[in-house]
Amino acid sequence: MTKKYFQKIKPYIWLASFAILSIVSFWFGFDPGKTIYQSFTKSFIEMITFIPFLFIIVGLFDVWFPKEKIEKHIGKDSGIKGILMVVILAMLQAGPLYGAFPVAYILYKKGASIKNIFIYLGAFSTLKIPMLGIEIGYLGLKFTLARTLIALPLFIAVGYFMEWYLKNRNFKVNEV
Amino acid sequence: MNNALIFISFSVFTSLVSFLLDRQKTILGFKKGFKMFKNIVVPFLNILILVSLLLFIVPPQMIVKYLGAGSGAIGFAIAAVVGSITLIPGFISYPIASGLLKQGASYSTVAVFMTTLMMVGVVTLPLEIKYFGKKVAIIRNILNLTVAIIIGLLIGIIL
Repeated sequence: MTKKYFQKIKPYIWLASFAILSIVSFWFGFDPGKTIYQSFTKSFIEMITFIPFLFIIVGLFDVWFPKEKIEKHIGKDSGIKGILMVVILAMLQAGPLYGAFPVAYILYKKGASIKNIFIYLGAFSTLKIPMLGIEIGYLGLKFTLARTLIALPLFIAVGYFMEWYLKNRNFKVNEV
Repeated sequence: MNNALIFISFSVFTSLVSFLLDRQKTILGFKKGFKMFKNIVVPFLNILILVSLLLFIVPPQMIVKYLGAGSGAIGFAIAAVVGSITLIPGFISYPIASGLLKQGASYSTVAVFMTTLMMVGVVTLPLEIKYFGKKVAIIRNILNLTVAIIIGLLIGIIL
């Protein structure tokens, strides 16, 4: 019972102790505490002015472009359209890279080409829409655009290389 | 502030278009977005606290020395190695990256750090091997490390 309760309040412990320590710092005029609090406020304002709007956009994307629907259209088509489809599918995902491996397995099962499986992994790691949003917010549009435009041809090249290399080597994706 | 303006105008625009097309879908989208925001907000605040603490403890001169424009290949290598090994979710690493930039780190160093974080996974390699086999997983990581280094170098030239 107490353990469960602890799990529930655990995420708030940091916040609560930070609030208390900040108040104490201001009360006693403890300068390091004040500086840290001011730096926190600055980054909090930076965050709150764009993150909620980002999630409005992400939520709308989620209902208008459901991933399941796009997954259906990804099969053996390995032309430009196939590449475009896997890139779009990857852009709609969220989460860390290891979350992409199970989807790579699904793509493999559906008969996606080797090239497209690796293009999917590349796009997943660098072009996810929620992450692009956070990136624009923190590092600026110029940085994000430059990084994306450089990354896109590079991981498409990785896809082509992997296909060329693995063509006659019994490549398969295992279910885990 | 500029960035906030981009996000606000874009989200207002998409909401409006979406609302005109389908009212119910739009509301569902808002709910989904709000749910995601709710899940992320407390961990996010904790990270902001941690970053504020770290930026206070680690003096800017040190960041400039090891990761700044003058740090050259060593700073670049440190960023690439740390990025490849660690597993930091994006919403945590971006505030850190932005803090590093403000404290004097170079664009190419931050770019290589972010890209290796996203594309190379040493910690998750065992899992990746299970899916793709040893050889393929290792080749993919090496190729992605190469790609990340190219991205970092090019960004350094452009920005």
